[in-house]
Amino acid sequence: MCRSYRIPGLVVAAMAILISQSFPLQAAEVTRGAMLGTSCAGCHGTDGRSPGSIPSISGKSAEFLEQILKGFRSGEIPSTVMGRHIKGYTDEEIRLIAEYFASM
Amino acid sequence: MSKLSRRGFIRLAGTAGALSAMGALAWPLGGCQKKAKAGGRVIVVGGGFGGATCAKYIRKFDPAVEVTLIERDARFVTCPFSNLFLVGGRSFESISHGYDKLGDNYGINVIRGAVTDIDAAAKKLTLKGSKTMQYDRLVVSPGIDFRWDAIEGYDEAACETVPHAWKGGPQTRTLRKQLEAMQDGGVVIIVPPGNPFRCPPGPYERASLIAHYLTQNKPKSKVLILDAKDKFSKQGLFMQGWEKRYPGMIEWVKASAGGKIDRIDMAKRTLYAEFGEAHTGDVVNLIPPQKAGELAHKAGLVNADGWCPVNQRTFESSVHKDVYVIGDASIAGQMPKSGYAANSQGKVCAAAIVSSLSGTAMPDPSYVNTCYSLVAPDYGISVAAVYNVTEEGIRKVKGSGGLSPMDASDEFRKKEADYASGWYASITADMFS
Ligand SMILES: Cc1cc2nc3c(=O)[nH]c(=O)nc-3n(C[C@H](O)[C@H](O)[C@H](O)COP(=O)(O)OP(=O)(O)OC[C@H]3O[C@@H](n4cnc5c(N)ncnc54)[C@H](O)[C@@H]3O)c2cc1C
Ligand code: HEC
Repeated sequence: MCRSYRIPGLVVAAMAILISQSFPLQAAEVTRGAMLGTSCAGCHGTDGRSPGSIPSISGKSAEFLEQILKGFRSGEIPSTVMGRHIKGYTDEEIRLIAEYFASM
Repeated sequence: MSKLSRRGFIRLAGTAGALSAMGALAWPLGGCQKKAKAGGRVIVVGGGFGGATCAKYIRKFDPAVEVTLIERDARFVTCPFSNLFLVGGRSFESISHGYDKLGDNYGINVIRGAVTDIDAAAKKLTLKGSKTMQYDRLVVSPGIDFRWDAIEGYDEAACETVPHAWKGGPQTRTLRKQLEAMQDGGVVIIVPPGNPFRCPPGPYERASLIAHYLTQNKPKSKVLILDAKDKFSKQGLFMQGWEKRYPGMIEWVKASAGGKIDRIDMAKRTLYAEFGEAHTGDVVNLIPPQKAGELAHKAGLVNADGWCPVNQRTFESSVHKDVYVIGDASIAGQMPKSGYAANSQGKVCAAAIVSSLSGTAMPDPSYVNTCYSLVAPDYGISVAAVYNVTEEGIRKVKGSGGLSPMDASDEFRKKEADYASGWYASITADMFS
């Protein structure tokens, strides 16, 4: 499939219309935010709702999440595992992850 | 499943999206066969870490897709936390899980049965009893099976007396009974296999927790590890923990020092190395070398090494089109064979399948893995990583993850032990409810 960063927005929009017309009942598109965010669920629970000792993270504001995640990354906020884990993501990815959990 | 749980997952493309969202709303009220068909039929074989997760996330990503999960056993007994069960730190019930909620909450059609064959050209599989089923996309997550011919004298029947306990369930119970029956002053021998194998830190967590049990109950006993490798996962952290908690109780013999076992005398429970001395154990836990689950072999999904090559972006088999292999059975670049890795692969594979069925773009994959291990019930350590896909396949993101710090405080180790059980609660809920 085409990756959106290689094609201008208008073309993407036009393609989306074309696709939706040629496959009228098929429309689910998994977002990059969901791709990144669902991987956290192994520790934080489905949709960020944790049944155990790891804190729940669903429904917190995107600003709060972005700030705390960057705090873990810089080491400013001490952690057992989050600091190691969150070093795997860019600023843009952290923004998408924060938006994803804020929408839960 | 409601519109609520779809929120944030998917972008709806124009009017078609609205239609499909209505389909999702209508579904719990009476089903909508036509829409389900339009979304496609997916069958997932194996309801473990990879399969249960993948089935659930396909339905979460796109409720228009019809999902059937086929699993051999009525209940799934996890390997994670089975080492704690082994030494009385958990009940069997607490590591066993049922499939009801996958039906009730996500509309997954759960079938109990064993798949005996796959006809990839006809997109058809056969169940024991010769019933056949058609699919549009097939996901296979069969876990591992053992190379019974690898160690002379050891075979499937032998594991009743010399258990591997490397699949959840009866084997773990057998090993526990043997540990309980052992006299004080006995020797427990653990024989880990060479790489690659399921759960690289698992044998050493097992050695740790057995030492914990022996310290409390049979303090004159010993644990001997006869290893087919010269180094192992989280080695520095484990060895530091052993020194602190069980000084002198655990002895590790590496392969090049005579640890690599190639023969067992079952009658005497004596293990013979390629070179070096023979060792006799009061309890022997022999973990044989492994391969992809038997079904993957029958279906011709494996390479010469016995594991399944896949496109590491989607987990579609490199051998058969529209068949996906996830979890321990797959070759997944730098990811280890772990439950968390299988869970993470299950989600990427779900995204790939939903995208391919709906003709939408799949986002770039992102994978994670963290393996917690218990050195003692109140002493946890971990190794973590984030992965993405490069030209060379799945690779660790530079700078991500790593090990728990050496020389951490007791409080830090205690916290990680608590988070290990938090992880267990979260990941099993992510699979089964
Ligand atoms: C002692 C031990 C401790 C571990 N601890 C951890 C840990 O702390 N963290 C971690 O992340 N991982 C851990 N693991 C690893 C983890 O258990 C595996 O990596 C994980 O189970 C792999 O998932 P899977 O889906 O590939 O296979 P499985 O989870 O084994 O699932 C395979 C399923 O497929 C079914 N099946 C197979 N063939 C068929 C067929 N033909 N028809 C129908 N059904 C079939 C089986 O019954 C089974 O339910 C541990 C493993 C061991 C042994
Ligand atoms: C290996 C398990 C693990 C994984 C994977 C993980 N987390 Fe965490 N998370 C934790 C733990 C444990 C804490 C508590 C802080 C600590 O000790 O690391 C935490 C804390 C947090 C917090 C702070 C919550 C609060 O209210 O204090 C946020 C936010 C968070 N994690 C987000 C995420 C996101 C987003 C991801 C995925 C990108 C993620 N985590 C992946 C285990 C994990």
